[in-house]
Amino acid sequence: MNHITPLNQKARRLALLLAQQRAAVRPLTQDPPPTDYPFGCTTVFAPGWEVDSQGSVHGLCQPIERDLYDCYHTCYWPAQVPDGVTNFPKWTASCGAPTQDWKSIDLVFP
Amino acid sequence: MNLRTGLHRRFTDDHGNAYVYMANSAAIHALDPLADRLTGALAVADASADTVVAGEADPAAARAALQDLFDLGVVRPADERTPPRAELPPMPFPLATLVLNVTNKCNLSCTYCYEYGADKLTAANAPPGRAMMLPETSRQSIDFLLRSSQDRPVVTITFFGGETLLNFTTIRAAVEYAEEQALRVDKRVHFALTTNATLLSDDVIRFLVAHRFGITISIDGDQKEQDRHRRYRSGKGSFAEIEPRIRALLATNRRERGRPIGARVTLTQDAGSVLDTYRFLIDDLGFDEVGFAPVTAAPGRGYELSPGAYDKMLAEFAMLAEDFTAAAIADRPHGFSNLNDMLRELHQGIQKAHPCGAGLGLLGVSTEGELGLCHRFVESKSHAVGNVRTGVDEAVRTAFLQQAHVDHKTDCTRCFARPLCAGGCYHEAHVRHGDARRPNLHACDWIRGWMDQGLHAYARIMAHNPRFFARYETA
Repeated sequence: MNHITPLNQKARRLALLLAQQRAAVRPLTQDPPPTDYPFGCTTVFAPGWEVDSQGSVHGLCQPIERDLYDCYHTCYWPAQVPDGVTNFPKWTASCGAPTQDWKSIDLVFP
Repeated sequence: MNLRTGLHRRFTDDHGNAYVYMANSAAIHALDPLADRLTGALAVADASADTVVAGEADPAAARAALQDLFDLGVVRPADERTPPRAELPPMPFPLATLVLNVTNKCNLSCTYCYEYGADKLTAANAPPGRAMMLPETSRQSIDFLLRSSQDRPVVTITFFGGETLLNFTTIRAAVEYAEEQALRVDKRVHFALTTNATLLSDDVIRFLVAHRFGITISIDGDQKEQDRHRRYRSGKGSFAEIEPRIRALLATNRRERGRPIGARVTLTQDAGSVLDTYRFLIDDLGFDEVGFAPVTAAPGRGYELSPGAYDKMLAEFAMLAEDFTAAAIADRPHGFSNLNDMLRELHQGIQKAHPCGAGLGLLGVSTEGELGLCHRFVESKSHAVGNVRTGVDEAVRTAFLQQAHVDHKTDCTRCFARPLCAGGCYHEAHVRHGDARRPNLHACDWIRGWMDQGLHAYARIMAHNPRFFARYETA
């Protein structure tokens, strides 16, 4: 919004609502979660952040292994993890604490 | 689809920057020149987006701005109809404040008084109610309040009259009982009181300050202003009596860091300068804040405000608003409570379905425990809504609130001031227009003029010291 500045509390609330409705790409972990998000994974495109601003992984959320479950549970990064809703509900069963045993997560072969 | 600007008011700060107040949302937006042009054009005549945008030097920017205006509700489809819904919040609405009329007697005989004068609500042949509320009735009232407040953590008990302090016995009993009972049900209780100050003895002052009362003193100004209408039955003015008592109260309250104490001034046709009265009450007597209210009177009483007097009052309010704005820009507090209250409501974006909390979160109690919409209605049988022993007559209360909803006041549907005014005081409407549910049409120009001043002050303070508004923010 380049031409209108919301001033009072009510206007700011309206503008926030509008911004949320307009945002094309939103992390589902965002607080508060968007209410109008499509159910399921296939309609979502999210670019992800593989490296930090320095080109390394040190600036990413720590530990980075944890990202896997964030992506998976919230459908945030659906292309890179198996479909746990219908086809592979147990694909993480062998891995309870990803920061320690992420290596034991198996591959799946559709 | 043709477009039209929704019900609104455009206004400016002192640099000519444009703003808009939307009556459909109570939102306030700052507009750049492009957005202001679009809003202005569509306020005058309905037009399609293509037509409006075509006249602009940068049609792409204009289209984007128009989309923003549309999505924020500033611009709406021209044929949009919003049928009046008159929705009430879930009832029974939790009670927040109970006003106890602890007496209907007064030791003064103010000429303009609605309680005793020609505008008294009780029928002339009705048997007079009990003069003094019994302590037992006040205790029943407190039980009723705590019971009816549902899960509110804080409740307020306001003492009113007549002259409230004529029944200090019941006030003291009520305060002790309320504090005890509030503790038992884990709520906090606030006390407030309005008085004419004639009976503020040292004992009374100590008691009020110790219990952190919010105190309002009815006073019209200096000796000349006060004694014009606020007199004893003998005709003797009351100023000489109240001045030392008010000074003592303010000194004790300041020393004990009590709540701010306000003066409430009734403005009549023959009142002097608002500015002089304000300065006297703040600078000389030392009040923390001053609020002005036009007298409530049926036409033909002689002291009611003429249209010319409303204009004069507005001009004087403008001077006081100027004073307030300068103080706010310099981050200093200012005691003009009319403007302070309006700026709070403007900043929060308050949108009222009813002009006040009467019948909703607030009820009045008569000396005999009968419930009225507010303290001004307690002895009126035609506005009774139950009593403290048996509780609220929910059917009567809901029916009144339904009928008094601003959506049913057709005169208000085209007025930008409706989110804050909602038709104005029920009691005033009853006295002036014979029906509490009607809008106060005699005051519309004054209300709109006063709200214009508030919007202008809002814009100016926002432009120079936006931090000022942090004090009004709600979670």
